[in-house]
Amino acid sequence: MKYCYYPGCSVKGTGRAYEESLLAVLNALGIEYEELEDWNCCGATAYMAMDEIKSCVLAARNIALAEKAGYTEIMAPCSACYLVLNKSLRYMESSKPVAETVNKALATANLKISKKIKVRHPLDIILNDYGLDRLKKAVKRPLKEFKVAPYYGCQIIRPYSTFDDQYNPTSMDKILTALGATVVEFPLKTRCCGSSLTGTLPEPGLLCAYIILREALRRGANVISTGCSLCQFNLDGYHDKIEKKWEPVRIPTLYFTQLIGLALGIDEQTLGIHRCIVPLSATIGQPVNA
Amino acid sequence: MKKEQVRIGFYVCHCGHNIASVVDCKAVAEYVAKLPGVVVSRDYKYMCSDPGQELIINDIKEHKLNRIVVASCSPLLHEHTFRTATEKGGLNPFLCQMVNIREHNSWVHTDREAATLKAKELARAAVHRVMFHRELETKKVPITPAVMVVGGGIAGIHAALTLANAGKKVYLVEREPTIGGHMAKFDKTFPTLDCAACILTPKMSEVASHPNITLWTYSEVVKVEGFVGNYKITVKHKPRYIIEDLCVGCGECINKCVYKDPRFPDEFNEGLGKRKPIYLPFPQATPQVVLIDPEVCLKLKTGKCKQTCLEGCQDRKAIDFNQKERFSEVQVGAVIIATGFKTFDAKRIPQYGYGKYPNVFTALEVERMVNASGPTNGHVVLRDGREPKSIGIIHCVGSRDKKTNKYCSRVCCMYSLKLAHLLKEHTNAEVYNFYIDMRTPGKAYEEFYDKLLNEGVHFIRGRVGEVTDWAYAPGEEGKLVIRVEDTLAGFVRRIPVDMVVLATGLEPQPDAADVQRMFNMSCGSEGFFLERHPKLAPVNTFTDGIFLAGCCQGPKDIPDTVAQAGAAAAEALVLIDKGFIEQEPNTAFVREEDCSGCKSCISLCPYSAITFNETKKKAEINEALCKGCGTCVASCPSGSIVQRLFEDEEIFSEIEGLLVDSANGKNFAGQSSGEKRAEVMAK
Amino acid sequence: MHELVRTIKYEADRVPGFGEEIKSVPGCENLQSCIQCGTCSGMCPLSIYMDYTPRQIIELVRSDFKNEVLKSYTIWLCASCYVCTVECPREVHITDIMYELKQRAIHEGYYPKRFPIPVLAREFFRTVFKYGRVTENFLATTMMLKSNWKGVFSSWKLGLKLISTGRFPFKKEEIKRKDELQKILSTVDKLSIDMLGGISHLGNGTKKSNNNHNNHH
Repeated sequence: MKYCYYPGCSVKGTGRAYEESLLAVLNALGIEYEELEDWNCCGATAYMAMDEIKSCVLAARNIALAEKAGYTEIMAPCSACYLVLNKSLRYMESSKPVAETVNKALATANLKISKKIKVRHPLDIILNDYGLDRLKKAVKRPLKEFKVAPYYGCQIIRPYSTFDDQYNPTSMDKILTALGATVVEFPLKTRCCGSSLTGTLPEPGLLCAYIILREALRRGANVISTGCSLCQFNLDGYHDKIEKKWEPVRIPTLYFTQLIGLALGIDEQTLGIHRCIVPLSATIGQPVNA
Repeated sequence: MKKEQVRIGFYVCHCGHNIASVVDCKAVAEYVAKLPGVVVSRDYKYMCSDPGQELIINDIKEHKLNRIVVASCSPLLHEHTFRTATEKGGLNPFLCQMVNIREHNSWVHTDREAATLKAKELARAAVHRVMFHRELETKKVPITPAVMVVGGGIAGIHAALTLANAGKKVYLVEREPTIGGHMAKFDKTFPTLDCAACILTPKMSEVASHPNITLWTYSEVVKVEGFVGNYKITVKHKPRYIIEDLCVGCGECINKCVYKDPRFPDEFNEGLGKRKPIYLPFPQATPQVVLIDPEVCLKLKTGKCKQTCLEGCQDRKAIDFNQKERFSEVQVGAVIIATGFKTFDAKRIPQYGYGKYPNVFTALEVERMVNASGPTNGHVVLRDGREPKSIGIIHCVGSRDKKTNKYCSRVCCMYSLKLAHLLKEHTNAEVYNFYIDMRTPGKAYEEFYDKLLNEGVHFIRGRVGEVTDWAYAPGEEGKLVIRVEDTLAGFVRRIPVDMVVLATGLEPQPDAADVQRMFNMSCGSEGFFLERHPKLAPVNTFTDGIFLAGCCQGPKDIPDTVAQAGAAAAEALVLIDKGFIEQEPNTAFVREEDCSGCKSCISLCPYSAITFNETKKKAEINEALCKGCGTCVASCPSGSIVQRLFEDEEIFSEIEGLLVDSANGKNFAGQSSGEKRAEVMAK
Repeated sequence: MHELVRTIKYEADRVPGFGEEIKSVPGCENLQSCIQCGTCSGMCPLSIYMDYTPRQIIELVRSDFKNEVLKSYTIWLCASCYVCTVECPREVHITDIMYELKQRAIHEGYYPKRFPIPVLAREFFRTVFKYGRVTENFLATTMMLKSNWKGVFSSWKLGLKLISTGRFPFKKEEIKRKDELQKILSTVDKLSIDMLGGISHLGNGTKKSNNNHNNHH
């Protein structure tokens, strides 16, 4: 089955490493995908703040394009995109006037949404479609020295938990354990990282990031694993400011796809490991896969 | 069928505003007045009132009426009233027919014109039907003067004692090995802080020694047959592997058990204590008989054991490893269901950490700890034995929550206050109660809250979202942190505590649906048994002869439970003392000349009321057993079975009455109702 | 000397119909069932910075105190993490209500002129309309320049780090069929569905509330 790959704006920018590592991993595991042609921004949280119908329509255009190209499943790695696409689908399902408006608007571009399309996250696809057993067999370099704090963030878990428990998700934990890493007990798995507040209203935003980083270190982790580009940015990019305000909490934050890639033996350059602002070597030491 | 002239009296009730605000009652009365056969047609504000009933009584005498039709509320409510009024007027009560234009009309429609038309048509149908009503006599069925009480908690105990003291025979069936229910587990009860065991155990021993009560513990009802006044109930007695009559509860067998130390989680102590495979549930267990757990007893599980317990019981020889389950069958006239509740499983809310963090307890666990005869001898300790310095009690766990149970469990605020008091007494800890609303409505309950306020317990109005173990501020290391909005003070607080107590709510027993089916009751949407009327009939069910008492009907505290148990006992006494019940004469009978002897009805009867007369080669219905369900009537291929009150002529006439074109008064065959009636009467 | 402030709310301070307006948005109907338990505020990671906690916002919306709500800091601090929505025992969709409030506040201008969050939202909106995609660094820079240009100075270090790790794209992201997208979005305006009970969609796609009295800035 070929998945329709919907990257979202941030993996083309600050979240480059997410796309690089995700595509490398998909290729190595043999999961087929193709980037959606002429995809547009999903709107994320900012568009919802202006107009939810338009946000719905933005997302709907992508879904309709996927339908036109014959896909039944869309893979959306960015949490915000995953949430917005799912939310739009549910919004249309629950409200007839919304569904009509969206379809009328799409009709001006000869697009429509008539079939059921699923929007899925790579965690879901790797865990449930690919399977842990196959993943374990594909591991070439078990991540023995990695003590990972799995950080899910908000938007892949709330408010729709299609593939994992909302309070105590374990999909990433299972994948990381299969890679040979040790998953530490981490109570802040789903606590907000501060979202866009770290850039607009620094104090509350940075506090959210600081709490997560601090607790990860206290639980004995040497790397945080995440599945959202904004979370990675918040946990990775503000260590100077956090150190100035509170204390140093240097722990690298990697995408879970980067960790999978390392376990599969893919080299660090391809996986974008060098793109982390807090380098992996800060806690892990020697380069993992040169 | 009588050939006399029918003289119908028609009455339409306004029911205050209930009917009159939607249905134009005057118009209905005027319409019906014109129908053939109708001599009197009135509308009145409250037909069920004394003057309303007087109208019927007087009209019957004055106008020599011989049929009555009342268009008002549901027959469930006032059929008896109007039948009685008809009877007082000198007519057979079954010559009265009711039409429901309230629940079926004015309460569900808003269009006045359409509702009035509907009322007219329904009335017309009833007028046509009532012409064919016959005089019928009610059947008196004797009631077995015995009652079964299912459930031996405080509700069952009180109901059983009340009935037994009134001289009636009572069978008290309890599933657990001892009676006492949840109340036996409590330490002190609110608001008086009486010791639960002290007030309960005298009643328990009274039950055990009462000559009128047959106490069956470790037993369950498995089959219920029959109907009100004549229930035949099968009870299964689970094997204790102890001969009950011989055991005196000395406990020697327990001392001699091959397990030197108790090893298995103790159910009575909510898993906090340990017991041996042979055990007494708790010291005051009634009956004072031990039992053996077949899941862990070596002899019963593996067959290989030294059986040292037998040495302990040498003189009485009460242990019997070959005991099997037994069944008893009893006849009773009424049943009181007092099966109680189960506590909410706190694991369903992972946010509170029950099962994850060791020092999160449920209220019942703390209750056992606080009890002097509990697993810790009254010391409140954490799982590692330390004394807590700070305790947080979280209200509304599993209650008032759309994700778990929407209702309020009624007793948790009070028992949380009680636990706060007891915890303060037993430890020197800071106690925090986190609540949404403080619900203390009963007698002396508000005063109890006041007492607690004065004891220095911290009350924080804010629902706790989660219990965490990650620390932020100094002083939170190693503790459980509760982050909550103190809504009254207006800010968010982080409070580190050593111990968290979850005030779990009350839920129906897990097998409530099975019990419901067995006794032919209904359950409400939350799963508690449904009472006939929430205000006016809180202990009756929709099945005659089955009554409810206690928390199986809804969460309540001990005073209300005992009151309800007394009420249920009184209702059962009403039935039994009357000695008989009058059965609705809607029984079926066979028209012998039409019966072809095909026997298809016989196996269909759920009450086994039909037999085949070999001599006559015809089916015969035993009217004493017939409950008027109508199955045989519908199934008879030759139509030879007739059901009183629902005879073919009555039903077809009603249908024709409905189908008459209300505009020009003609039916589908083009006849006016007068013409149709004349045709019918000529037959 | 502490300055005395007199706080009392009269019925004239309410904007009747505001609560109904929010309630009529699909998904926000449960607003009335709120029992003011405070779970939302207790779980919200940002509630410690808010002037009105989420629970208070729900109460204010229910009671039609439009000005207090739209002028509050709370609606901007909401990071839409959805914890409140998921934990609420009455299933009130608090996050969606916050979005609705953000929309009204943006249109009716209830915030200081250069407040970064609505500026970001507006910029985001414009960029998507024009190009179909956003390029993060351009968006962030524009937002900083338009709201707090001094922020550019405090973030230059971060900017350099992003450039050095290759996370600072200099190419503007855009879709091919921009006009198609613009047509789709504009059509929504024309299809003014009045399902929001009094809200009309204006030409630039922003929301205008029906109850416009007491419209302070």
